[in-house]
Amino acid sequence: MAKKKVNKGIGKIKGFSIQFLPYREYGDLDSNERIKKILDIILANNILILQGRLRSGEETRLIGDTMAMIGHVANFNGIELAVIAGKGKDEGYWGKFKKSLANALAGGDLGAVTIIGPATIVKEVKRNPQKIELLLNK
Amino acid sequence: MRERGSKKIKHLSKYTKFNKLNLQKYNMAIKVFGFFKRVFAGFSKEKKDVKLGFYGPPNAGKTSLANLICKDFTGEEMGSVSNVPHETRNVQFKEKVNIEYKGKTMTFKMVDTPGIATRIDYEDFLKFKVKKSEAKKRAKEATQGIIESIKWLDDMDVVVVVLDSSENPYDQVNITIIGNLVARDIPVLIIANKIDLKKSNIKKIESAFPEYEVVGISAKRGDNLDEFYEALFKLAKKI
Repeated sequence: MAKKKVNKGIGKIKGFSIQFLPYREYGDLDSNERIKKILDIILANNILILQGRLRSGEETRLIGDTMAMIGHVANFNGIELAVIAGKGKDEGYWGKFKKSLANALAGGDLGAVTIIGPATIVKEVKRNPQKIELLLNK
Repeated sequence: MRERGSKKIKHLSKYTKFNKLNLQKYNMAIKVFGFFKRVFAGFSKEKKDVKLGFYGPPNAGKTSLANLICKDFTGEEMGSVSNVPHETRNVQFKEKVNIEYKGKTMTFKMVDTPGIATRIDYEDFLKFKVKKSEAKKRAKEATQGIIESIKWLDDMDVVVVVLDSSENPYDQVNITIIGNLVARDIPVLIIANKIDLKKSNIKKIESAFPEYEVVGISAKRGDNLDEFYEALFKLAKKI
């Protein structure tokens, strides 16, 4: 009798969902509200795909706030975070000016995408210039 | 009654005029005082020690580099070094470190910070044969250390971001730290440590952060420190 094939990979993950948060839903919020909104999604074991990116101070605050939660929130070990943005290496001054003008008009860097996931689900986000790999925990 | 009232108003207006005049003088005095305070602060700033922060991910060699500098110029080390990640879990200081390079001397207050990470799992420490209770304690201290590191970002004059040149530099923690320093207008020098390793790739770090000076060193062997001091002095002059 032929043995049934067992999927040893992603089949072991009990379940997770990916949530997309468009810029219009968080762009007008202040830093406190933004962080709270993100944490609500992450703590519900979702992988968040955020249109745009947080301000640099908000990124560190998110890291600090999640560090403070470890040990206080059950099964929470922190987050995995990656920002995918256009490469600014060969842009030159004019290119940078155009980009910052476009960002200022849009109210944020809408060309970027931020991936945030709870560390219990997302093992690693491998980032290379050409590709992004999202490795999940078994 | 009315006369008495109008007299009172006249008296009050005199009083307010007097007060207005005094207020103007007072404001002027504050401005003058502020001007001199800024001028003298500018003078004293040159004499103040430069706060030099060592930032980066865990196990990149921040403490190894800080130890090397301290040992060279003070004869003492800053902290302990280990293969187990998050060995430094408290911000460590060394005051009045006089670094001499090519006949010039600069005085630094060195601040060695715990490595910044986005995740801490006590089970990761078990791989290094650390006991479970010790691993849990270490994890708790590591989270507090990261919070402390982030808080200290604001207080730095110059920051050396130490990266492991054998690892992928595109980690978001590196990008977040550097982005924060730029937003705070703090001069940054990137150190590609562990150039003694076969897997070391300085060019990868240079292409990840093309806008910054990258100096390759080996804190373990003390390689290329001259280039590091040269870059550090150049950076410290920017403040």
